[in-house]
Amino acid sequence: MARTLYDKIWDAHVVREEEDGTALLYIDRHLVHEVTSPQAFEGLRLAGRDLWRKESILAVPDHNVPTTQADRGNGTQGISDPVAKIQIETLNNNCESFQINEFDMDDVRQGIVHVIGPEQGATLPGMTVVCGDSHTSTHGAFGALAHGIGTSEVEHVMATQCLIQKKMKNMLVSVDGRVGGGVTAKDIVLAIIGEIGTAGGTGYAIEFSGEAIQALSMEGRMTVCNMAIEAGARAGLIAVDDTTIEYIKGRPFAPQNELWDKAIAAWRDLKSDEDAVFDQVVRLDAAKIEPQVTWGTSPEMVVSVNATVPDPAREVDGVKSNSMQVALEYMGLQAGQPVDEISVDKVFIGSCTNSRIEDIREAAAIARGGKVADSVKLAMVVPGSGLVKQQAEAEGLDRVFLDAGFEWREPGCSMCLAMNADRLEPGERCASTSNRNFEGRQGQGGRTHLVSPAMAAAAAITGHFIDVRKLGEQHG
Amino acid sequence: MDKFTVHQGLVVPLDRSNVDTDAIIPKQYLKSISRSGFGPTLFDDWRYLESGEPGMDHSKRPLNTDFVLNQPRYQGASILLARENFGCGSSREHAVWALTDYGIRAVIAPSYADIFFNNSFKNGLLPIVLSEDTVDSLFKAVSSREGYQLTIDLERQQVTTPSGEIYGFEVDEFRKYCLLKGLDDIGLTLQHADAIHRYEERRKQEAPWLFASG
Repeated sequence: MARTLYDKIWDAHVVREEEDGTALLYIDRHLVHEVTSPQAFEGLRLAGRDLWRKESILAVPDHNVPTTQADRGNGTQGISDPVAKIQIETLNNNCESFQINEFDMDDVRQGIVHVIGPEQGATLPGMTVVCGDSHTSTHGAFGALAHGIGTSEVEHVMATQCLIQKKMKNMLVSVDGRVGGGVTAKDIVLAIIGEIGTAGGTGYAIEFSGEAIQALSMEGRMTVCNMAIEAGARAGLIAVDDTTIEYIKGRPFAPQNELWDKAIAAWRDLKSDEDAVFDQVVRLDAAKIEPQVTWGTSPEMVVSVNATVPDPAREVDGVKSNSMQVALEYMGLQAGQPVDEISVDKVFIGSCTNSRIEDIREAAAIARGGKVADSVKLAMVVPGSGLVKQQAEAEGLDRVFLDAGFEWREPGCSMCLAMNADRLEPGERCASTSNRNFEGRQGQGGRTHLVSPAMAAAAAITGHFIDVRKLGEQHG
Repeated sequence: MDKFTVHQGLVVPLDRSNVDTDAIIPKQYLKSISRSGFGPTLFDDWRYLESGEPGMDHSKRPLNTDFVLNQPRYQGASILLARENFGCGSSREHAVWALTDYGIRAVIAPSYADIFFNNSFKNGLLPIVLSEDTVDSLFKAVSSREGYQLTIDLERQQVTTPSGEIYGFEVDEFRKYCLLKGLDDIGLTLQHADAIHRYEERRKQEAPWLFASG
């Protein structure tokens, strides 16, 4: 029978199945960070259990780490927040006592867990990948089945190498045709979320396909799969092709020699069969996608930068209209206001969505030769890993940002969720390349607008949102 | 894990859709390395007038008296009535720990985000799905009558209102079994250790590269 990509990976990982369809799914790669793991390690200790396969685990601190140079380079000593310090030290101690491979804060390979997995070749096609973080869907860009899991599940995978799962349904999102210049992977995925809604993918694994998706680099594909969860889908996937295989080749954890040849032969089959049946199919016309800006407090509240803020009064669904009204109040916006007249106080370029080398290059291309607007209090660039930072510096991109008045930081999750010192103050408005515009996400009372790296850099230079495609016209 | 069999309790209505786990428990409290103590900071941004930090005495912080959880009539509530896509966003299980630590035993909503739904069952919190219409009528009933209680019978998969109306709900057999008995699912899975070993042996032949790198 014809199978989808998701069906194939699922079938290859079922250890056993109950009568009601509940399965034990074998997990190949387990990524661990400091926030959702301490209680799992503690659970193992209390029950006297050991790790099932410690080589499957790769650990890294990312959520809590400081991003200023002054606080880095001396292990956990530079962490001023005592609670955060304990959490990172706990990860170090747990990794040492359970003999887990960890890239600690001083390791140049340290970075955001969803950046370093692929960067190291630790994420491979056909794998099942889990992490106690909802953005684990990122790794699906490699034709892997990657889920975010809770801490109890982290402990379960540590102890058994399996996850108790029921099979999800299959959804195909096809982005047909090509996007225009200045329209990025971030705009594509925001447009998808705007189309299917923040719960549209609940219960599904979403496969992204179509010419516009195939044309994306691995960085772009990761941006798309990263935000599958913002459409409600625990997993997003993209079929393996030459782009995938080229990216993986030669990375430290990737198979070598004969194993490499065997692996790529198998990976070539990691695509949905031609006549595979999906439970739901959604099609978007790539040519119609414009640079996107979210205006509300859910990623589905998104419009083109050339549109106006929507009017709740025009929404027929009462619950929806009400939440639009609440969002407008929280965001301090008026219905009908042109999006490109909204000014920003801060700009954040980073996060597991948009902190890879291509994202940094895209933002630098806009920032080059410009100056951060006087009205912008802070514009920061936080690379996704030490290696991304190194690469960017080798290309001179750090100078581009510094000369333009941006801050150039050390790698970590930073202001995406504001667990460390990088955060918004109440009422501050931010152009952010991250993934969530929830109330308080970037700091209590903070107002987040999700955009692409180019759009964020453009907002920093002009002080307000602007269609990057028009930027050249104004700044000649 | 706490067993869940039959539970009768006061209902508190949270009339918002897409309540995310950042709202249920804000990030600053995720720095804890413990599973307990999250109850006082459940819905922290909505519940208190000023922002909170870990280590504060939360009982001394000024309350937002407009927030439903702070209203006298809902004190002691153990069933949360919510709208669609409850628990969306971050995978943080701390959201479930905050709800249970506060005293919530069950949530009733038209739909949930997948990860939150899963996490709930691992902690003895029962997430019940009822139709949008039913949830709507429950919201009306709760607001019009102080002290509104519901009885939830997991074995029978029924929610009973004070006036005797009965709403059936679906629950996976396996999850129901674990919840009724309060079972540790790691222990259950380890009963299949042989099957996991056999799978690994087979897989090492099929896809050796998955076992090669460190």
